[in-house]
Amino acid sequence: MTTILLYGLIYLAVIAFVVGCVIRAVQYARMPVHLRWELYPVPHEEARRVEHGGSYFEEVDWWKKPAHFNLAGEMSFMVPEMLFLKGLWEYNRKLWSRSFPFHFGLYLVIGSVALLLAATLVSLVQPTWMAGSLAAGWLGLCRVVGLVGSILVILGSLGLLGRRLTDENMKNFTTPGDIFNLLFFTVTCTLLLAGYLFGGQQFPGMLAFTRGLLTFSPTVQVPGLLAAGMICGALLAAYIPYTHMSHFIAKYFTYHSVRWDDRVNIRGGELAKKIAEYLTYRPTWSAPHMGADGVKTWADVATANPALGTKK
Amino acid sequence: MSDRKNAHISDASREDRKPLTHVETEDLMPLPAPLEDPANAPVFKPLSPQIVDKYECLLDDTCAVNVPKPKTKAEEEELIRKFLAGLEKLFQKENNWTFLQPLLLTMEHCAKCQTCSEACHIFEASGRNEIYRPTYRSEIMRRLYFKYVKHGGLVSLWQHGDIKLNWPLIARLIELSYRCNLCRRCAQTCPIGADNGLVAHELRKLFSQEMGIAAKEIHDTGSMLQLKVGSSTGMNPEVVKDNVEFIDEDTSEKTGIKVETPWDVEGADVLLIHNAGEFLAWPENPGAFALILNAAGIKWTLSSEVVAYDSINYGLWYDDAQFARVALKHAEAAKKLKVKKIVLGECGHAHKALSVIADRLLLGDLNIPRESSMTLLHDIVMSGRLKLDPSRNDFPVTLHDPCNLVRLMGVVQPQREVLKKICPRFREMEPHGVDNYCCGGGSGFAIMQGNNFPDWRFNVAGRKKLEQILNAFADSLGPETLKYLCAPCSNCKGQLRDLLIYYDLWEKEKLLYGGLVELIVNAMTDAKPGFIEWEWH
Repeated sequence: MTTILLYGLIYLAVIAFVVGCVIRAVQYARMPVHLRWELYPVPHEEARRVEHGGSYFEEVDWWKKPAHFNLAGEMSFMVPEMLFLKGLWEYNRKLWSRSFPFHFGLYLVIGSVALLLAATLVSLVQPTWMAGSLAAGWLGLCRVVGLVGSILVILGSLGLLGRRLTDENMKNFTTPGDIFNLLFFTVTCTLLLAGYLFGGQQFPGMLAFTRGLLTFSPTVQVPGLLAAGMICGALLAAYIPYTHMSHFIAKYFTYHSVRWDDRVNIRGGELAKKIAEYLTYRPTWSAPHMGADGVKTWADVATANPALGTKK
Repeated sequence: MSDRKNAHISDASREDRKPLTHVETEDLMPLPAPLEDPANAPVFKPLSPQIVDKYECLLDDTCAVNVPKPKTKAEEEELIRKFLAGLEKLFQKENNWTFLQPLLLTMEHCAKCQTCSEACHIFEASGRNEIYRPTYRSEIMRRLYFKYVKHGGLVSLWQHGDIKLNWPLIARLIELSYRCNLCRRCAQTCPIGADNGLVAHELRKLFSQEMGIAAKEIHDTGSMLQLKVGSSTGMNPEVVKDNVEFIDEDTSEKTGIKVETPWDVEGADVLLIHNAGEFLAWPENPGAFALILNAAGIKWTLSSEVVAYDSINYGLWYDDAQFARVALKHAEAAKKLKVKKIVLGECGHAHKALSVIADRLLLGDLNIPRESSMTLLHDIVMSGRLKLDPSRNDFPVTLHDPCNLVRLMGVVQPQREVLKKICPRFREMEPHGVDNYCCGGGSGFAIMQGNNFPDWRFNVAGRKKLEQILNAFADSLGPETLKYLCAPCSNCKGQLRDLLIYYDLWEKEKLLYGGLVELIVNAMTDAKPGFIEWEWH
């Protein structure tokens, strides 16, 4: 019965996580295309410009030249940023020493879960695979990755917590919620780690647990400490998308839709169509010079001249 | 950290009607030689009692906006109501489609890690004063957003923090929104991509577009005057034409080359738009442009249409409607003349305004290509169309990178390649290019002269740039060596002129500032030597 409830909670948490992430991503994706607000360097510019942060504006008659999209440049920025937090390394080394183990640890924990799920699926399709040395190696890797990941998360979250509580630069901006969030990670990973390492002989292992999870077979008895860790992990996963910690979603938009969005508005193009629609919006800003009464459109407002008191 | 530098977020709502902080010279970032002795620092004048009595000066030692004190409680409550209405509108697509997405992302995902603070020249120069952190104003805004726009309950308060909304808080936010140069160096370093510089921009918009509150230099005598007579300088088309005629004569005389500026040439290849401040404050700049374009055989013109002879667009800093109105006027003039492209003169914010930001406002036949004068000048110089003798520029030269041109538009190399070709003693500031520091005059500060705001501008906002300039010329200090600070931006030149004179660096160091075209003409062998006059102006 307890295992069934645990399975149910995990499924609910996964649903809450996915739904929360999708809602947030869709919300950001459906927002109007804003005015250009890019920041250089933009890594998908031509390679010869990326190094000094230049743009196509450096070219005479740039609109007559073929447009470039330097995917390699973008990837060479994104991969080190996502994996190693390169920006933080460059601009805030002290924070990086705490934030990197925390984030990289999370990647490893997630990687460990993915390896475990993959092993479970293969074992369900091809039960004999489990007897091979590949399976043993796979599960061993999964174990090491998970353990190292958990330890890094614990160290990183404690480091971040310590910094939040003691650093003069951060104290002014730290809320109880920030402390709770970091403690949530610390406690979850500590419980998972302790539960796994000291769970007792009766526990048949994580593979059996995930097999039961995927087949709705509640025969596995999960040790209390590990179950507590799993409950915390499920609640944490369900909680993240509804907080600022969902910045893994936001970051896609802050980079691709803001910092690097140097798309040109071409006559009759897709952007022009969208802008034409936005210019029909009816603003209600009430300062007198705006002349926005909720009836006039943005186009009306933009073509009015408040200094002359008449519309153009 | 002393208390005067250590305001808490909640202090912004303090009702004691006293400034949150006080800037002491001893707190400020030290300057290099010859300004290393704080005892010789210029005196930061206090606000006059009359100003303090009349206006809400509750933030620091200065007052940028001069918001009159409400006379009654009812008036205060009405201002709070308006503020809340404006705050709501910032997050509605009908009212703020222009910046909704980046604003929302910044509101919801700042991790408050303070990486941005380390990148901010104002925070650093102030001696790390809490209220000048990029995050200080944005944290207040964030708390207001979660409380009054998202209507978060107790859990939200616990998660995001609380803030008491009252009139002193709003009055301080008005001033705080004018303690940021909008250079966005902070945003460049944000690990998440949040943009706390944008928050200052959006706050200014709220105050202008909903409450009708803005610094008078950028609204009343800025964008409104430009829309009324054609230029924030107050020059109407006739006056500006007269001035240019005089400039042509003067340039012809100085260089020995006949210069004539073409006006309203239909079908020209290039419509050149200058910041009209150049015509009055630095006439050698438009004169040099005319000489270079004529010598290069370019078919170009100026426009005498109202607004179209002044590239400034102050709306960029505080008001989307004013911004759009001016940008449309520029594009309409180009359309009327049927020019092939618009080229922006040496004005950073005009570059970004018309080339970048307005790109998503100009539709159909108003969408005329816009180009930087830096690239055009680069093309002219590198093509060999001008005969140039670098030895005429044989003095130390450094380059100030205008933020709008470089970090915010990506025009980095053309101007420095020109300098490397024509200035044998060119040296870079550190850092430079997209990592540059603002001159301290960005976002309108350079033209804001009210009260003692210039004192703050020179002691705090411009301090980091001053340090960079002095370091760049560290090998040639002293009045015996003439030095040239190249700043291809009118706004930056205004700030640098005032900054250099404030610290007496023309007299002490013979440190002159100017644009890029002046150096080009100075090197032209067809022109009489000595186009750059080593006199203070």
